[in-house]
Amino acid sequence: MPQLGADMAAATLTEWLRKPGDAVKHGDIVAVVETEKGAIEIEIFEDGVIDKLLVDPGTKVPVGTVLATIDGDHTEAAGVSTAPPPTTPTEAAPKPAPRPAEAPEKPPRPEARPRSPADRIKISPAAARLAAEHNIDIRALAGTGPDGAIGLTDIENAIQGTASAGGPEDKSTDTPGAAMRRAIAAAMSRSKREIPHYYLSTPIDMTRAMDWLEEANRNRPVTDRLIYSVLLIKAVARALEEFPELNGFWNEDEFRPARDIHIGWAISLRGGGLVSPALHNANRMEPDPLMAALRDLVKRARAFRLRGSELSDPTITVTNLGDQGVETVFGVIYPPQVALVGFGRIVERPWVVDGAVQPCRIIQTSLAADHRVSDGHRGGLFLSKIDRLLQEPETL
Amino acid sequence: MNDETLKSSLIDAILEIAPEADFDILDADDDLRAQLDLDSMDFLNVMIALHEKLGIDIPEADYPKLFTLNDAIGYLREKTTPAADA
Amino acid sequence: MTGTTATSAQTTYREAIRESIRDAMIRDERVFLMGEDVGHYGGCFAVSMGLLDEFGPERIRDTPLSESGFVGAGIGAAMGGMRPIVEIMTVNFSLLALDQIVNNAATLRHMSGGQFGVPIVIRMATGGGKQVAAQHSHSLEGWYAHIPGIKVLAPATLEDARGMLWTALEDPDPVLIFEHVLLYNMQGDLSPDAGPVDISRAAIRRPGKDISLITYGGMLAKTLAAADDLSAQGIDAEVIDLRSLRPLDMPTILDSVTRTRRAVIVDEGWRSGSLSAEISARIMEAAFYELDAPVSRVCSAEVPLPYPAHLEKAALPQTADIVEAARALFGENV
Repeated sequence: MPQLGADMAAATLTEWLRKPGDAVKHGDIVAVVETEKGAIEIEIFEDGVIDKLLVDPGTKVPVGTVLATIDGDHTEAAGVSTAPPPTTPTEAAPKPAPRPAEAPEKPPRPEARPRSPADRIKISPAAARLAAEHNIDIRALAGTGPDGAIGLTDIENAIQGTASAGGPEDKSTDTPGAAMRRAIAAAMSRSKREIPHYYLSTPIDMTRAMDWLEEANRNRPVTDRLIYSVLLIKAVARALEEFPELNGFWNEDEFRPARDIHIGWAISLRGGGLVSPALHNANRMEPDPLMAALRDLVKRARAFRLRGSELSDPTITVTNLGDQGVETVFGVIYPPQVALVGFGRIVERPWVVDGAVQPCRIIQTSLAADHRVSDGHRGGLFLSKIDRLLQEPETL
Repeated sequence: MNDETLKSSLIDAILEIAPEADFDILDADDDLRAQLDLDSMDFLNVMIALHEKLGIDIPEADYPKLFTLNDAIGYLREKTTPAADA
Repeated sequence: MTGTTATSAQTTYREAIRESIRDAMIRDERVFLMGEDVGHYGGCFAVSMGLLDEFGPERIRDTPLSESGFVGAGIGAAMGGMRPIVEIMTVNFSLLALDQIVNNAATLRHMSGGQFGVPIVIRMATGGGKQVAAQHSHSLEGWYAHIPGIKVLAPATLEDARGMLWTALEDPDPVLIFEHVLLYNMQGDLSPDAGPVDISRAAIRRPGKDISLITYGGMLAKTLAAADDLSAQGIDAEVIDLRSLRPLDMPTILDSVTRTRRAVIVDEGWRSGSLSAEISARIMEAAFYELDAPVSRVCSAEVPLPYPAHLEKAALPQTADIVEAARALFGENV
C-alpha cells in the first residue's frame, strides 16, 4: 500500500485490475485504492508475473502493507542486509511513495524473468535495520543512495506518513466529500502550524504571453488549443530550475531539494474538494504535450481516477484562481512542500510601458514560501524570473 | 439543424464537463460560465465536445459571443446555417 | 621569534618544532638531537637552525650519511638511558633503517621480556608535492602504523607540532613523528604557552553531521577545504584529524561515523594495503549497521610519484577529489 499523501496512514483496496498469472510491466495499473482523495489508480514499477493477491477488495490496510507478490519463487530479493526480511520473501506490487526519483531510472527488465543475484536489492545496513524496525517492505522501494541503493532517506520517507497522520477515529460511514475535507483540513492545519509562511506578490504583464497564445491558438484546431495556464505552469517550472530552495521537501529538521520538478496543479473538484496532482517534469515539457497532460490530469482528477505517483510526487504546488475572479491568491503551502505559487485573474489595466500609458493584461502572481528554507530576497528573484520567462512566451 | 437540437447538443456538451449542472435553474440570459463555474479548461473542453458533436470549430476570438446560454445557441445557429458551412 | 605578550604570536610549523626541540632539551638533559645535517647546516628543512649554537655539538649531533648506522646508534643510546631525538631526513631514507626500526626498536622490549625498552623518538619528513620524484615523495607512515611495538604520530597543526614531541619523549617506547614536507612553511598563531599535547587521541577539526572526512597530516588542509566546498553544496562535513596513526583513536572515529553514517578516508599513501584500508575495515567491523553508504577512500594514484608538476598533481589527492568522493556517497540526495 503506497503512501499517497503526507498525512495518509491507511487506505482501502477497492479493486484488483490484474489477477494471479497476469504478466505486468513497469507503469501498468494493477489496482484501485480508495483514499480520502477518492479512488487512486496504483501503478506497478516492476516487470513480472503476478503471483498472489494478498489483500481482498474492500479491506482497509495501513500504508506499507504488502498487497500482492510478483514472481513467486525467488528469495534472494530479501535484500543484502542481514536484518530479517520485514514481510513475505517475494516482490510486492505497489510502491510505498518514493521520492520523485523513482523506478523509471531502474534498468528495464524483460517480463517474467526469474530473479538472479544481479537483481538483488542494494540497501545500506542502516536503512535495512530501520526498515526492519518499522516493517517497511524494501522490495518495492526505489533507492536514491549511491549506486541506486536504498538509504536511510528512502526508508524515512516511507515511514513518514504512518507517523504523522495522527490517526483519526474510524469514519468508514463518511461521504467521500467529508473524508476529503478532513484530509485537506489536516494538511492545511499542519501547514499553518508548522510552516512559517512568508508571502510575496507581484503583477506580471501577460500581454505578450496572451498575444502569443492567441496567435498560436488561431492556427490550432480546437482540440489542440492551449490555455494560458500552460504558460504559467511552464514558466514556474523553468524558473524553479534556478531556485532549488523552493522545490523540494521539508523533512523533520531539514530541507531536501528535489532533483526533478513536478508541478502540483491545484484542481478543484466539482462538488467541492481540492486535489493537486503532479505534472511530472513540467520544466522539460513543450507546451503542447504539457497541455495534453494537463487536460488528461484534470479529467482524471474530476473522475477520481488519479495515479499514486501523481499524488506523492509534486515538489511544489501552483494554483490559478483567475477564472474564479480573484485578483490575488495568498496560498497555504501543502506540506511537506515548501512553496506555493498563486495566480489571479488576468485584468486589463492601464500600465506604463516605455513612458506611455497603455492597456496591458496584468496577472497578480504570488509566492507563499517556507521561511525556514528560503528568504524573501530569493523569493522575490524567483517571481522576477517567472516574469521574465512570461515576457518571452515563445521560449517556454 | 433547429434550435432544439443545437440546445440539446450544447447541454450535452456541458454535462460532459459539469455533470451536476442544473439547467432548470440556470438563467439562460446570464453569464453561463459563472453560473456553472466553468474555468478556462472546462470551457475549452466544452468547445471540444461541441466540435465532436456538431463538427464546428469555434475560434478563441468568438468565445465572448457565447456569454449566455441563449447567446451560445444563437451563435451555434449562425455557424450551422448552410451559408456558414465550410 | 619571541612571544613577548600573553597573546598568540605568529609562527610557523617549522618554528614550532624547533621550539619543541629546544623546550625538550631544556627540560631534560638526557635529550639530544642527531641526524644528517641537523647541526652545522641547521637541518635539511631548517628545523634545527640555531640549535647547534645554543646547545653545542654534544647535544646537536651531525651524523654520517648512514641511516642504518645512526638510527642503530640512537637505539643504543636510548637503551643506555638517553632520550635521543633521531632525525631521518625523510621517510624515503628511513627504508635504509627499516631493519633497525622494525627489528630492533619495535621488538626489544618484547624480546627482552621487559628488561629494557627503547625510549627513542624518530622524526621524519614525509609526503610529496615538491616535484622530487618517485624515490623522494613517499608517504610510508601507513607502513609504520602496521608495526606493533611503536607509536606513529602525524602532527598537522602548529599546536601538535609544538606539543607532540615532549609527550613522545616521555613515552618509554619508540615513537615515530611524521612531518609533512609541505607543512613546514605553514603559518599561524600559536600561544607562547603552548605546551605538550596528548598523542593518542584524534581531533575533530570541524564538526558536521552529514559525513565524516577522516585524514591526517599533509592532507588535513585539503580536507578542510573540501569540507568548505561541500558546505556550499549543502553537505555538512565533519573533519577528523587522526593525529595518532598507531594507535588509531577508533572511539572518536566510530562515534563520528555512527552520527554521520558516511565516511571518506583521505590518505596520501597508495590505497593498496594502506592505513585508509585499515580504518575502512575497522569501521566496517564495528559500525557496519550504522552505515548508510560504503566507506570510501581518496588516496594517491597507484603509480610511482611523477616528477612533472602536472602529473604529480594528478597523482596526489586534491580537494576536488575529496569533494567528489563525498558527494558520491549521497547518490541522488545531493
